[in-house]
Amino acid sequence: MAIRLTVNQRIEEVEAAPDTPLLYVLMNELSLQGPRFGCGLAQCGACSVLVDGVETRSCVTPLSRVEGKSITTLEGLPAWYAQQRKLAAAPALHPIQQAVIDEQALQCGYCYNGQMIKAAELLSKNSTPTDAEIRTAMNGHICRCGTYPRLMKAIKRAALAMAGGAR
Amino acid sequence: MTDIFGSGDLTSGLPRRDFFKAGGMLVVGFAVAPSAFAQNPGQRTGAYDGPAQPDADRLDTWIAIHADNTATIIHGHHELGQGISTSLLMIAAEELDLDMSQVRRMPLETGKSPNQGLTAASAGIARGGVRVRLAAADARQALLGLASTHLGAPVERLTVSRGVVSVAGDPAKKVTYGELLGDKHFNVPFTGRAPIKDYRKHTIVGTRVPRRDVPDKASGKYVYLQHVKVPGMLHGRVVRPRGQGSFLHGAKVMSVDASSIANIPGVRIVRRGDFLGVVAPNEWDAVKAAEQLKVTWDMPAILPASQEALHDRMRAARTADRLVLDRGDCTAAFAKAVHVASGRYDAPYQLHGPFAPNCAIADVKRDSALVYSSRQTIYGTRQVVCGVTGLPLDKVVVRFFETSPSYGRGCQEDCAMAAAVMSQEVDAPVRLQLMRWDEHGWDHYQQAHTADVKVACDASGKIVAYEYHGWQHNFTAGDTTEILVGAKKPGEGEGIRAQGPTLFNTGDQYTIPNWRIVNHRVPGMSGYFKAAPLRSPMDIALPFAGEQTLDRVAYMANMDPYQFRRQNISGERWLGVLDAVAKASHWTPRRAASVKQTGRVRTGRGIALGTHLSSYGAAVAEIEVDTETGVIVAKKMYGSIDPGQVINPGIVERQIESQMCVACSRLLKEEVTFSTSNVTSLDWSTYPPLRFGEAPEVTAVVVDRPNVPSSGAGEEALAAGAAALANAFFDATSVRMYTFPLTPKRVLAALHSAPKNTTA
Repeated sequence: MAIRLTVNQRIEEVEAAPDTPLLYVLMNELSLQGPRFGCGLAQCGACSVLVDGVETRSCVTPLSRVEGKSITTLEGLPAWYAQQRKLAAAPALHPIQQAVIDEQALQCGYCYNGQMIKAAELLSKNSTPTDAEIRTAMNGHICRCGTYPRLMKAIKRAALAMAGGAR
Repeated sequence: MTDIFGSGDLTSGLPRRDFFKAGGMLVVGFAVAPSAFAQNPGQRTGAYDGPAQPDADRLDTWIAIHADNTATIIHGHHELGQGISTSLLMIAAEELDLDMSQVRRMPLETGKSPNQGLTAASAGIARGGVRVRLAAADARQALLGLASTHLGAPVERLTVSRGVVSVAGDPAKKVTYGELLGDKHFNVPFTGRAPIKDYRKHTIVGTRVPRRDVPDKASGKYVYLQHVKVPGMLHGRVVRPRGQGSFLHGAKVMSVDASSIANIPGVRIVRRGDFLGVVAPNEWDAVKAAEQLKVTWDMPAILPASQEALHDRMRAARTADRLVLDRGDCTAAFAKAVHVASGRYDAPYQLHGPFAPNCAIADVKRDSALVYSSRQTIYGTRQVVCGVTGLPLDKVVVRFFETSPSYGRGCQEDCAMAAAVMSQEVDAPVRLQLMRWDEHGWDHYQQAHTADVKVACDASGKIVAYEYHGWQHNFTAGDTTEILVGAKKPGEGEGIRAQGPTLFNTGDQYTIPNWRIVNHRVPGMSGYFKAAPLRSPMDIALPFAGEQTLDRVAYMANMDPYQFRRQNISGERWLGVLDAVAKASHWTPRRAASVKQTGRVRTGRGIALGTHLSSYGAAVAEIEVDTETGVIVAKKMYGSIDPGQVINPGIVERQIESQMCVACSRLLKEEVTFSTSNVTSLDWSTYPPLRFGEAPEVTAVVVDRPNVPSSGAGEEALAAGAAALANAFFDATSVRMYTFPLTPKRVLAALHSAPKNTTA
């Protein structure tokens, strides 16, 4: 059956059973590369998207639950940021994406979809997070390459950039 | 003991550090100096031979020069998140006198990429880098020859900058590489004899060039294997018991009830022998069908009842014993030693657990196949796909795409074979995505290990004797799919594949006059799990035992553990990394466990050395132990590696940071659990990894030796970090841990039962 979704500020109509997890639709029907499969159990964060600004595990979220809501994937993060900050135009990258590049934080980078989605959510609610607040917020996102220390630096760098209004 | 000096000689346990035996003494040498390849520079390093490979002895196999004055470097090393695709380009650009914007690499594909074997053992730079460097030097020499003719000036008068060759003293006379060769072939052999650049003239090698892959990975544009789509592909899932049983008795299908998935449209069951799977046009339908399909399996309950029973079983087994080393007279030295510490140490099975379960796409036709895989060897993958499909090697093409790494041989090959079997059965391209429980449950695990270690020193703290007995089974041969379809008989890896204790990973750091190492090979075919190398294979278990025992002797000698190691150190490279971490952590000398602590949370620090048979690693750990909950938190880790010449210090620092986090994960948390019939750690809650909130702060120190050949930087500090954590626990609590991981349950049991200041 046809379900209407708002993904990255575009209205999409997809044919899928309502119990289909959002992840499979984003990957297979909409060919998005941000959300990706990691565990299918909401344990790792590979599949994270923002649903009305709240980090959500798309691998266990049935389509029926997100109808009419605004879904943002990694691809839509710069535009979402622009909307949040009332910028005239979307930057090429969200500050957390730029900070990840500047810190050369990622290694394989597969978990960084979720890491950056979660960090963007955190920074949208708390522009000056402490180390402890970052650790708590990010604890649900696993990294098997062991890049947590660099990611910590990247999140703090992004917070600074946002405070400076740089991007 | 049987088979002393029998089944293998001293060399058989030493796959990774080049060495030769001279005058009754083992001499460690880094024989990977460029000159070593001069006779046969293109020589393949992999075990995977066969037709349809580019000729490694032709220069055009390795480098192409384009009309726009850029170069494509064609190599056989797989990007796994470690940064190799950037580092190899740095080496090539350096030797060719190009800048980084002028070099690119070619994606890996059989038939097009040279066969450089496995990208493993942290040897991408040590082995792969040498060939890229020699090829680039050959190419530069060939281009200078062309330029000399073109410009009418002798080669000696030519200089190159950014691919522009000019005549010294006459800068108007110049020509670009692109103008000289522009997309034409060199048509010359790869000699490996061209002079290479003096390291003191390097302007790219040794600098922090940003990684090529990072921007696209951050933006979401990077194409992982999971993103690849093939027209008309179906979605596949394997159907297996949740958690493998004993190797050899894994999964026998007794019955399949097809009616149990009759309500899911378009699903087909694939069965060949005991291999079972489902395919469907819609991915969610395939997921549901795999979950819903009713199958009865024969799973014999022959696994040990507990971790302790596993280690006891290994010790009671009829082992093939090998005296790896017997230097001096250990028995006499122990008898008269002033301080002797000994004990038994146990290490669990651990899994590769890539963050993304493996994925593969196979399009198998009647007489050919195209396979997309993330296995670190395209040619090895081609071989096993041929094994299950019956196709000849020259009819199968394998393309590599990155996914999250397994840091060793996980389920990549199994996944590629399974996709191929499914595609062949349904006559359509199949994308197979393993589920989390498939990857956790059907991995090749790092073997469990158990050790008896005894170390002695004299009154001055000089090590006088060191004895190590290690028990483990070999890596196994045969992967799940090929065994289930009956294409391969399961077996055990021989010789070097065990990577048990050797003199290099067990005591090499120290000067030891009386030294005995015995390897007890457990027959691993029945009652154990399939096994393959995991990052720093066995090198966490070995220093957990060895470096703790050493620490105990230092304690008995009333010495600071850093000073104790320092005075027993075997060479300057070990000393270099040891001093580096001590300095970084502001180590102040004192005996371990000498700070009186009374509160609920105790703090401790530990130091250790570690290796991975090639480079030199050291670490310091600073931890907190909550004596009420048993939870250990690593607050700060300091890691150091001496990998010889450093190509990109930024990448090496991140490798060290990674190793410090992984050391915490594996020493404190990771453990494959099982019932008597199958593995039960099947997701991230039953096999908990280190999470962000538990991650230490890390200081990484790179010891660069630019005039020494590179020897790898992906694993050594991991071994040291794990042992440093164990030593820090004693410093905090005066209690030794003899089994890892140091879970809260084990910590509490140890705190409540162990006598304080255990020394022997």
